[in-house]
Amino acid sequence: MLFSVILTFLGLTAVTFVIGRFMPLDPVLTIVGDKASTEVYDRVYRELGLDQPVVVQYLTYLGKLVRFEFGTSVMTARPVMEDLVRVFPATMELAGLALVIGVLIGVPMGVIAATNRGRIVDQIVRFLSLLGYSMPVFWLGLVGLLLFYAKLGWVEGPGRLDVAFDDIVPTVTGLIMVDALLVGETEVFFNALGHLILPASILGYLSLAYIARMTRSFMLEQLEQEYILAAFAKGLSPWRVVWVHALGNVWVQLVTVIALTFGSLLEGAVLTETVFAWPGLGLYMKNSLFAADLNAVLGGTVLIGTIYIFLNMLSDIIYSLVDPRAREPS
Amino acid sequence: MTTWRGWLLNPAPTSRRQAQLGGWFRAWLAFRRNTLGMAGLFIVLLLITIAVAAPLIADPATALTQTLEDRLQPFSWAHPFGTDELGRDIMARMMFGARITLTIVILVSLIVVPIGLAIGLPAGYFGGWIDAVLMRVTDIFLAFPRLILALAFAAALGPGIENAVIAIALTAWPPYARLARAETMTRRSSEFIQAAELQGASHLRIIATQIVPLCLPSVIIRLTLDMAGIILTAAGLGFLGLGAQPPSPEWGAMVSTGRAVLLDHWWVATLPGIAIFITSLGFNLLGDGLRDVASGRG
Repeated sequence: MLFSVILTFLGLTAVTFVIGRFMPLDPVLTIVGDKASTEVYDRVYRELGLDQPVVVQYLTYLGKLVRFEFGTSVMTARPVMEDLVRVFPATMELAGLALVIGVLIGVPMGVIAATNRGRIVDQIVRFLSLLGYSMPVFWLGLVGLLLFYAKLGWVEGPGRLDVAFDDIVPTVTGLIMVDALLVGETEVFFNALGHLILPASILGYLSLAYIARMTRSFMLEQLEQEYILAAFAKGLSPWRVVWVHALGNVWVQLVTVIALTFGSLLEGAVLTETVFAWPGLGLYMKNSLFAADLNAVLGGTVLIGTIYIFLNMLSDIIYSLVDPRAREPS
Repeated sequence: MTTWRGWLLNPAPTSRRQAQLGGWFRAWLAFRRNTLGMAGLFIVLLLITIAVAAPLIADPATALTQTLEDRLQPFSWAHPFGTDELGRDIMARMMFGARITLTIVILVSLIVVPIGLAIGLPAGYFGGWIDAVLMRVTDIFLAFPRLILALAFAAALGPGIENAVIAIALTAWPPYARLARAETMTRRSSEFIQAAELQGASHLRIIATQIVPLCLPSVIIRLTLDMAGIILTAAGLGFLGLGAQPPSPEWGAMVSTGRAVLLDHWWVATLPGIAIFITSLGFNLLGDGLRDVASGRG
């Protein structure tokens, strides 16, 4: 399995390398400008290693990636890695809460749908998840802002904090809510929560749709097993059979689903962050994109891609740890 | 009509064509009972009708010409969905936007299905090291975050609808390769394949004439279910400014420009979003219905 993980990582970096190498822009010109003399141009050309064979260039690129060197961002004039470390906690905060919402609501929804198969509750759950699948997240974000912020005033507007609360809390973890609690600033905490709750709920709804649907089909599979019949036969309460026995076995499969959902939440974050002016990885990548800041875009791509691969690997490992059948060679 | 029906449902068809048409007719009868699936079909057909008939219903000029004195009008008879920040009729723009959405969906399908089949069929048919290599490549692409990769591609190739299509297609083919491989493997050792081999048919001929037709139904169902995702990704790229460029009436880009006037003129951003939502809902419903019929749960 480690072999395939490494291979996938090599594939990811090869793709980003190809994008970076064959992009229509001339990387030398962006540094020296178009008025530079041929000598300067040639020197920078060599310094960038562009005179080397492509394979050597790729290996050099790979060597830098392994040392977390993504180059310098043209937009912020700082190492891309520093930028990524700075913006990533904001995205984690958003995607993390979205996942919590998705699991806490999606799993029970799926269980209830499965135990009421074919009845009206099941239809409602199916319909709600279908809506979630079909909803453009950026549009839902705009409608949410219009309704809950502009019209009703229930939540705070775009951004992570009101300007008045900026720079009160020292950055420790980068997660503003955690940092606020660390120094006991409850006002900052609630302001941050007010900003976070809408984008996180919207992103959470999308993950909820997928989690509820998968939970439902896993549960249906379990409820047909004979041990369920045995549990009923020995007189256990239906509640216990469903929520403890059946759901207990479903968790194994759900871990995989949840890991993959988190990956897709990171993607959804790009669009959500744009709508909510949320200063995370997504907004950073989007802004870099329009500044033709390729180092930053590819750095972000490699980061999210690596997390993706890592989550895939993690779910495989957890799966084989919990379910011994998965370890046997097929 | 009854005679046609009787001919189609004849349990003892006398020709291959009668058997095949009868099979399709039975599938249609099963699908017709699936209310949600029929609703999806209706939405998709409506989209196609609007896209085809857009120039007949709406004047292209009102969709593209800027009429600044008419900007940001609310609903009226002249402008049923109001006008945008440049005085263009939103309903006309949404109708022409349907063409763009349909074009993207068709182009992506035309790229994705052949690539998927070209990778999946040999993998399932020959097995061994060919299978191992092709599936490894597929797994690599499957492990990529779709929107992010599409974003990186669009950034490298430059914004534009063609590049958005290429970017989406490059990240969307792996499931089709897996599907084609699985379908091929279940049929590989069938007797009709052996019969064809004994008759001296080449591998290419067997794949093209025996296996591809059997793979197509599941590929089409998968494609219908994927349409929603493709439409949402394309609209997302459009929203970010990486898809269709102004003044093109692409729905995602329309939502994006409407953002600036969201608070006072909500319809400019909201209505194109509803179009995206209904279209992808339609494809989801249709795909669900087709899958139910195919798996015999109709």
